Amino acid sequence: MSDKTKTKKPEKIEEKIALNAIKNDRESHIRLDQAICKNCKERFCVYACPGHLYAVSDETGEMVVEYAGCLECGTCKIACVYGSVLWEYPKGDYGVQYRYG
Amino acid sequence: MPTEKLDAVVVGAGLAGLAAAYRLAEAGRQVLVLERGDAPGSKNVTGGRMYVEPIRTYLPAIVDEAPFERHVVKEMITMLDDESSVHIEYTQDKWRKTPYMSYTVLRARFDQWFSERVMEKGGFVIPNRRVDELLWEDGRVAGVRAGGEEIGAHVVIAADGALSFLAEKANLRQPLKPASYALAMKEIHKIDEKVIEERFGVESGEGVANLYVGALTKGMFGGGFLYTNQDTLSLGIVIGIDSLMQKRPQIEAYTLMDDFKARPEVNRWIRGSELKEYAAHIISEAGVNGVAGLCTDGMLVAGDAAGFALNTGITVRGMEFAVASGAIAGEVANEALEKGDTSKATLARYETRLRESFVLKDMETFRHSKEVLENPRLFTVYPKFLSSLLDVLFTVSATPKKGLYKSAKEVARKYVLNWEGMKDFLSLRKL
Repeated sequence: MSDKTKTKKPEKIEEKIALNAIKNDRESHIRLDQAICKNCKERFCVYACPGHLYAVSDETGEMVVEYAGCLECGTCKIACVYGSVLWEYPKGDYGVQYRYG
Repeated sequence: MPTEKLDAVVVGAGLAGLAAAYRLAEAGRQVLVLERGDAPGSKNVTGGRMYVEPIRTYLPAIVDEAPFERHVVKEMITMLDDESSVHIEYTQDKWRKTPYMSYTVLRARFDQWFSERVMEKGGFVIPNRRVDELLWEDGRVAGVRAGGEEIGAHVVIAADGALSFLAEKANLRQPLKPASYALAMKEIHKIDEKVIEERFGVESGEGVANLYVGALTKGMFGGGFLYTNQDTLSLGIVIGIDSLMQKRPQIEAYTLMDDFKARPEVNRWIRGSELKEYAAHIISEAGVNGVAGLCTDGMLVAGDAAGFALNTGITVRGMEFAVASGAIAGEVANEALEKGDTSKATLARYETRLRESFVLKDMETFRHSKEVLENPRLFTVYPKFLSSLLDVLFTVSATPKKGLYKSAKEVARKYVLNWEGMKDFLSLRKL
C-alpha cells in the first residue's frame, strides 16, 4: 500500500511546533503569578493553549509555561480569568515568525 | 518627549495598518509603520479567505494586483456526526469569471507585498519594532515608545491586532473576555498544485472553501475550515474560548486537530501532504457588541484591534473590515492633519464614516448572529438529525423497510419537531 492511501499518523504537538520558525528570547514574555496558580482548580491555561505549553512541574508542583514554543495567540491570557497570566508580545526580533500565516 | 513629530505612526503592519499607511502616504503624509515581526505578515494569521467586492472601491490597485492564492469557485459544507457526515457542495459559473468574488490568502506573502506598495507610495515600514507604550501629552496621545525610542506623531493609528494592547492602554476597551473570543488553530499542508486541482475538481487558479460543523467541536461553539491555496492547504479549527472553558470533562484544545484530521472527510483532502506550519490566533466573536472605542485625542483604532470581525455561520469575515477600516482611518487622519486638528472631536468623523460603510452596516445587521450561532444544538443535534435522516432513507437491511415518509417523520420527531426545534427555527429570524 502506498503512503498516499494511508491515514496519516498524528504528529506530536512538539513536532508540530518545531516546524515553525521561532526566534527565542532568553527572557520569557509570559509571567505567572504562582500564588494564584496554586489555588487554581480548573487549569484553564493547560486546556486552552493550542501549543500544549502549560503544565504543572513534577518537581516543584508549580505551573510552568514553555514560552519558547508560543504561537502568540494570547488565548491563555484570556482564558486565565483569575489574572495569573501576565502576557506581552515578545520583544521585536523575537518569537514566532510565520512563513505562511 | 520628542519635539519633532511625524504626521502619523501606524502600529502594526497587518491589513488595517498597511491600508491606513497606504492612504496617508498617497496623500503625501510622512507615515511610519512599526511592525514587531521580522517582516510584515510574519505575526499574522488568516483562515483564510478574503471577499474582495466590498473593498474594491477602497483600494482598487491592491485588489487588482495582490498575490492572492486561488479564487474560490466552490463552497462546501460538511456536517459531521460521530461516524457519518453530510456534505453539501455549491458552485456557480459566475464564480469562475472575473471579477472574482473571493480569494484564498496567505498572510506572510500578502502583507509583505502590500507593505512594498506602501513603501512605493513613500511610507516607511520598519520591522522588528514592538511598540511598548503610548506617549501622552496634555491628556492626548502624542506618539509611541518602541524599544526605548520615543517617536512623536500628530496621530497614532493602532492597528495592533485582535489582542490590541494599545486600545486597552488608551482606555478604549476592557480586557478581553472569554465569551467574546474564539481560538483558531491552523495547519499549512504542502501539496502539489496539480494534485489540488485534480482532488478538488478545479482548474488552474481556482480553489475551494470547505466549512465543517458538528462532531469535530465535541459540542463546543465553533467549526472547522479548509481552504486551497496555490500549493498548500489551510486546515483549521475555531473554538469559542468560553465554550472550551465550560467543557466537562475538560479537553485540551490542540487535541481537537488530531481527531479532526483523522476523519475521512478531512483526510481525503490532505493525504500525501506535508505539514509545514502550525499557527494559532484569536478571533473576535462578539460582533458589533465587541467593537471598541474607535478614537481618542490623537489616536484611531482599526481592524481586529477595533473588534471588526463578523461570523455569520456561513461567511466568516475580518480581512475586508481591516482593509476598509484602515483605509478610512487613513483618510480621516489625513483630513484631520489638513485641518491641523487631531483631537477626538475631529477624529470622530472616523466612526461616522464607518457607519456609512459596509463595516459597521454589516456588523449592525448581524448584531444577533452570535446568539443564534452559540446554540449548542447547532453543533450536536442538527448534524445528527441530518445524518440519521439520510441513514433511514439510504439503508437497506434484512428487515422489511418502513415507508420513507413514516421513517423520516420518526427521525424528525426525535430531533427537531419539538419545542426546542421550534425555538431554534424562530431564532433564525434574528439572522
